[in-house]
Amino acid sequence: MVYRSHVLICNGTGCTASKAPELMARLEKELAAKGIEKEVKIVKTGCFGLCEKGPILVIYPEGATYCHVTPDDIEEIVNEHLVKGRIVKRLLLGDKDAEDVAKSLDNVEFFSRQYRIALRNCGVINPEVIDEYIAKDGYAALAKALTEMTPQQVIDEIKKSGLRGRGGGGFSTGMKWQFAAKEVNDQKYVCCNADEGDPGAFMDRSILEGDPHTLIEAMAIAGYAIGSNQGYIYVRAEYPIAVQRLNIAIEQAREYGLLGKNIFDTDFSFDLEIRLGAGAFVCGEETALMTSIEGHRGEPRTRPPFPAVKGLWEKPTILNNVETYANIPVILLKGADWFNTIGTEKSKGTKVFAIGGKINNTGLVEIPMGTTLREVIYDIGGGIPKGKKFKAAQTGGPSGGCIPASHIDTPIDYDNLIALGSMMGSGGLIVMDEDNCMVDIAKFFLEFTVDESCGKCPPCRIGTKRMYEILERITSGKGEEGDIEKLETLAESIKQGALCGLGQTAPNPVLSTIKYFRDEYEAHVKEHRCPSGVCKAMLKYTIISDKCKGCSLCSKKCPVSAISGEIKKPYLIDQSKCIKCGVCMDVCKFAAIEKK
Amino acid sequence: MSCGCCKADNKSEELDKIIAKYKDSRGALIPVLHEAQELYGYLPMSVQKKVAKGLNVSLADVYGVVTFYTQFSLNPKGKYKINVCLGTACYVKGAGQIYDKIAEILKIKSGECTPDGIFSLDACRCVGACGLAPVIMINEDVYGRLAVDDIPGIIQKYFDMEAEAV
Ligand SMILES: Cc1cc2nc3c(=O)[nH]c(=O)nc-3n(C[C@H](O)[C@H](O)[C@H](O)COP(=O)(O)O)c2cc1C
Repeated sequence: MVYRSHVLICNGTGCTASKAPELMARLEKELAAKGIEKEVKIVKTGCFGLCEKGPILVIYPEGATYCHVTPDDIEEIVNEHLVKGRIVKRLLLGDKDAEDVAKSLDNVEFFSRQYRIALRNCGVINPEVIDEYIAKDGYAALAKALTEMTPQQVIDEIKKSGLRGRGGGGFSTGMKWQFAAKEVNDQKYVCCNADEGDPGAFMDRSILEGDPHTLIEAMAIAGYAIGSNQGYIYVRAEYPIAVQRLNIAIEQAREYGLLGKNIFDTDFSFDLEIRLGAGAFVCGEETALMTSIEGHRGEPRTRPPFPAVKGLWEKPTILNNVETYANIPVILLKGADWFNTIGTEKSKGTKVFAIGGKINNTGLVEIPMGTTLREVIYDIGGGIPKGKKFKAAQTGGPSGGCIPASHIDTPIDYDNLIALGSMMGSGGLIVMDEDNCMVDIAKFFLEFTVDESCGKCPPCRIGTKRMYEILERITSGKGEEGDIEKLETLAESIKQGALCGLGQTAPNPVLSTIKYFRDEYEAHVKEHRCPSGVCKAMLKYTIISDKCKGCSLCSKKCPVSAISGEIKKPYLIDQSKCIKCGVCMDVCKFAAIEKK
Repeated sequence: MSCGCCKADNKSEELDKIIAKYKDSRGALIPVLHEAQELYGYLPMSVQKKVAKGLNVSLADVYGVVTFYTQFSLNPKGKYKINVCLGTACYVKGAGQIYDKIAEILKIKSGECTPDGIFSLDACRCVGACGLAPVIMINEDVYGRLAVDDIPGIIQKYFDMEAEAV
């Protein structure tokens, strides 16, 4: 069947939530109404990355990218674009008046600055159709590995590429595979970490949803390299769409003989199983993940022995992150030497970041290692909304730290981020502006780790709790002299004493914010003041009498009748009644209310 | 969510089937609990006992696993399960205030259910819709780019649906 047009609709989680399924239904209906349903093919794809502008719809052959499409726009798109061949300019993303619509995105830096390796197929193919993946060189790397390379050659190529784990630690993937390959055992396992626990990161989910076959192919390659015939994908239960697409993909791969016995008529056999997480952050840690697959409470084990020696069910096991795997097929096809040209000296290739928080273009971006934070935030991310000032970027989630404005020109790679007291993590990058309180952010992350600490080792179980209590005291205006130093001491002992990565890195958000924003901590502790006006207990709303016109609106809206005054004269807030809800500030038309 | 008593037999048979399906595979406990929870809406002690017996593991092990993972619940959930995403992206965009507002309207806290069983409230981990932050989910429906002022209207919609159903 030859179609004259293809309509790609993003069905990632962001766009699904923005009503993409409704768009599909509407589109099918409109196409049928016009009698052109046999000429136009609708393709459900994964995430395009620019979730902020969703739902997104792309029409080929023109390459017109429409954004913020509502169900009511569909009729116009069908009538104008698909029937009459006229672009619906008002919905175009980017340059609305570009002569050639395909070029309308050329100046959209969000796309032009990116370099897509791991995300190469996301938003391009239908993830539920294996043929579309195969048409994009899918499974060619597996064929090459099985028929032209020895397992050792595969490992050597990966080692030479310099690929480092994208799940957090940045350990050399080739070395990890080498350790497992060296073990002699009748059973080995290949595992994939799709637990994506960092709140604010969703790159793995995008790959799972948008290009599940790349993961299957890469895990089979890993199986061949280390000598394993069984893989497990550990996915968070919060990702139902991802699980469903993975299931479809595995089924199709089995049908095509790309999983199962004697793949490509060689004597290599490999199969995959999906295991669902159940909402425990610590299960992202490698030994805890394996304990969880085994059916127990996901508590970490001491290392050594490392999983490469004794992992799942005590057998040699490798565990890699989804994004790490997504790089593998490309490296094998294009070669380590090609991969080596991208990135910095010690961090090769690209990294996917989920940029969120106070930034105009929230979404997923894949950039070469070594891109500066400034480029990510201002050029790709489109800067901070409402002209606010950039304060800090948080990377590495609950294990990472904040990078302040003074370091915004640092090239992003594993080692630079560590040197700044943060870490790459899985790639969440949350932007904060002048309205965010850094003590509050530190408390937010610590609350997360307190909640997620598995309780096995005391430094993490008790230590993080004590740190949290101090932060709670500080943010509620009851900070005491010496609290900051206490936090620092506790942090050091937890880092040294904790059993696994969760506890060892839990103090990082606190330490890095103390390092760069000590003045904010001091304002909280010594002056009982929150400079950003976030910590409610210390807030005071006051009316600036010069600006108040005495319109009485705030007084009418105040839920506790704390504001009084005479019409046309400045009003006053009774601090003893005020519950600091901020309604007065929201309703004031003269910006006469101040919060400090 | 109904208590399950009326259809106890039916569900009990279903549970037997789930256990039988996984009985011989390794690491079966968590997949069985996932499906059992889907069936019952939560994991009451009677279900845990049955799973323990069926898979030949101790009840302590089952209880240990159920209480370890946040996805598993010992208590019934509301007919409308409200999940407020408290991931970082949502948090810096004010998800905390959204949560407070819902708690204030429904007079329940995270993990609780309204006495009439209509709503339950949970603060959840990142749902991965960071582009739409702040986000809440009510059952399968996602509401994004929220402001505190949107909340009463959204909740009212469900109250209205209930009123109509009666
Ligand atoms: C508390 C904790 C949580 C983690 N969460 C994740 C996660 O969600 N996803 C992930 O890929 N790695 C996570 N990791 C890192 C894994 O332990 C492991 O290093 C990684 O999956 C290895 O894959 P890679 O070498 O491809 O990065 C976590 C580590 C710790 C200590």
